[in-house]
Amino acid sequence: MSDTITAADIESRAEGSTASPEQGDSARQASSIEMQGLHKRFGRDTVALDGVDLTIEPGEFFTLLGPSGCGKTTLLRILAGLEEADDGRLAIGGKDITEVPPHKRSVNTVFQSYALFPHLSVRENLAFGLKMRGLPPEEREARVAKIAEFIKLGDLVDRPVDQLSGGQRQRIALARALVNEPDVLLLDEPLSALDAGLRSQLQVELLRVQKRLGMTFVFVTHDQQEAMVMSDRIAVLNGGVIQQVGPPREVYEHPVNAFVARFMGHDNLYPVTARHGARLTTPLGELTAEGAGEGGLLLIRPETLDLLPGEVAGDNHLPAVVSERLYRGSHAEYRLEIGSSTLQATLNNRGRHLPEVGERVTVSVAPEDLVTLSE
Amino acid sequence: MAYTGVTPSARSRGMVREARHLLFTVAPGATWIVIFLVLPSAYLMAVAFMSNGPYGLPEMPLSLESFRRLAGFGFLGWSPGNLYTLLRSLWQTVVSTGLVVVIAYPIAYYISTCRARWRPIMLLLVVVPSWTNQVIRTFGWMNLLAPATPLSELAEALGLINANMGLYPSNFAVTLGLVYNFLPFMVLPLYAAFEKLDAAQVEAAQDLFASPVRAFRHAVFPQTLPGLLAGIVLVAIPAFGMYVIPELLGGGKGMMLGNLVANQFAGGANWPLGAAGAILMLIATFIGLFAMRRIGKRLGGGEEVVI
Repeated sequence: MSDTITAADIESRAEGSTASPEQGDSARQASSIEMQGLHKRFGRDTVALDGVDLTIEPGEFFTLLGPSGCGKTTLLRILAGLEEADDGRLAIGGKDITEVPPHKRSVNTVFQSYALFPHLSVRENLAFGLKMRGLPPEEREARVAKIAEFIKLGDLVDRPVDQLSGGQRQRIALARALVNEPDVLLLDEPLSALDAGLRSQLQVELLRVQKRLGMTFVFVTHDQQEAMVMSDRIAVLNGGVIQQVGPPREVYEHPVNAFVARFMGHDNLYPVTARHGARLTTPLGELTAEGAGEGGLLLIRPETLDLLPGEVAGDNHLPAVVSERLYRGSHAEYRLEIGSSTLQATLNNRGRHLPEVGERVTVSVAPEDLVTLSE
Repeated sequence: MAYTGVTPSARSRGMVREARHLLFTVAPGATWIVIFLVLPSAYLMAVAFMSNGPYGLPEMPLSLESFRRLAGFGFLGWSPGNLYTLLRSLWQTVVSTGLVVVIAYPIAYYISTCRARWRPIMLLLVVVPSWTNQVIRTFGWMNLLAPATPLSELAEALGLINANMGLYPSNFAVTLGLVYNFLPFMVLPLYAAFEKLDAAQVEAAQDLFASPVRAFRHAVFPQTLPGLLAGIVLVAIPAFGMYVIPELLGGGKGMMLGNLVANQFAGGANWPLGAAGAILMLIATFIGLFAMRRIGKRLGGGEEVVI
């Protein structure tokens, strides 16, 4: 990215309260979001949000993660003002905006379908928000030119909307929202319509834009990989209730319940049938866990396992048979049979013997890597 | 030379085949248009420039008498009757089309927001009344608007009309009849335009600081403009030439151009005058279409709106 345009340049054109021009990149006064007891119902039976309390810090890249129907999009639409909460309060930058209609909120959205206006040129699309706010044409043009350079749109601005590819539309939609310099940018699964390669490229681009602007981003996705790559913090939602809030590593390594663990991609979950101090009895056998908590479910993360050839006696050593091996170049994934249970393991391939299917091995895991959680 | 000689003959064979192909595909339609549009129009034109015979049929010599009569010059000097009829036709067309637009927009929008399986049923409900004969429906309005009916009495009580006059016959009844009759022709093209519109665009406009009114003006309206213009053509042109509704609901002071023309052809009155009236209607319609194209172009941001 070019270094001639900085976030401060963009910021210096902002009207109102958010920052003064002489402040630098890092001094942008981003806005916080506070939600209290948000409830939303559709019809009589469908509960979309069932009491959401959440605080999003200024300048955070915050992700709402969950399966479809978990309420994440509803929550985003309430932030945008496109949906009204049945109950609860919402404040942005300390100002209560629960009752404020969408067109009076300093919040802009990148829609899942992008929702570009097909009857307008790209340039007019970008200037739409500025025009609605009554900025004079010269000012609009200057700001559109600046954002076009910042997002590196190049000659896209002079093309008709219907001649843009998916990735180009996505970037125009992002620019159309950012040009207004909102307090908060909302993104509703903005990358879900793109193919995998473009998607990871735009993930990186989006992340860089957010870091340079220091703006508060609220991002909605159902893809836990995407959430982990992008976010400062993640909130996992299910059934209209927040299950867990935390940085990606915390949510991945210490999920609070079986739902979060499964949603973050964990399969190695086993009931704890008996417990004597740090000794846990599970269908895999007896295991020692240190500081694993009091939950009734044991989580073994696949990357914490080690495989030793043959049978090696020792603490936290389990005899197993390899039933499947997926070679992935840098690492390999194994499916292991222990008694009637199966266990997934992911191992780095660096300088090691790769156990074959059918080979007898010993699974080893460190006591401090074991976590228990509630059902 | 033998070699080059082959190509032209092959090419001419191809051209012959193409010409024959064109003849078979175009000829039936072209014949139809010539017999039922071009010839009758030419005949109508010719009639308009002929003299009126003793039984109302056209005669030689050629004359401009019917255009003079149409302009209001009669045996007793100039009278404004025909001019009033023209102005009334224009007025009724503009008012009823305007009302149809105002009523049809919310209906079309509402139907487009309903669940997909309800939409065909709702469209059907809009269209079904027009399956009944127009004369019968218009008689229905006569009964509804006649003196001593609830609607007329309500209008009387509100002081809108004099006692025992009834709402029919009147120009108001004609407007009402036109609006009722042409509503489906506006709802359908507008619905088609709304259905293509992504609902997220309305939200995007609001998200980008547009109030509901401005969201409609800047995001919705331009995209429904082709549907609106198609609807106006479907409504305004037949309304301008409408015969049945002013005949039944208008009374003596509700006459429109269609009635003027029809009267000249019926009862052996004056065919050349009727033909001149038809030409006047045609010219007025062309002017209207031309004006709409210009307006549509301007509203559509310079984009060509095909009617």
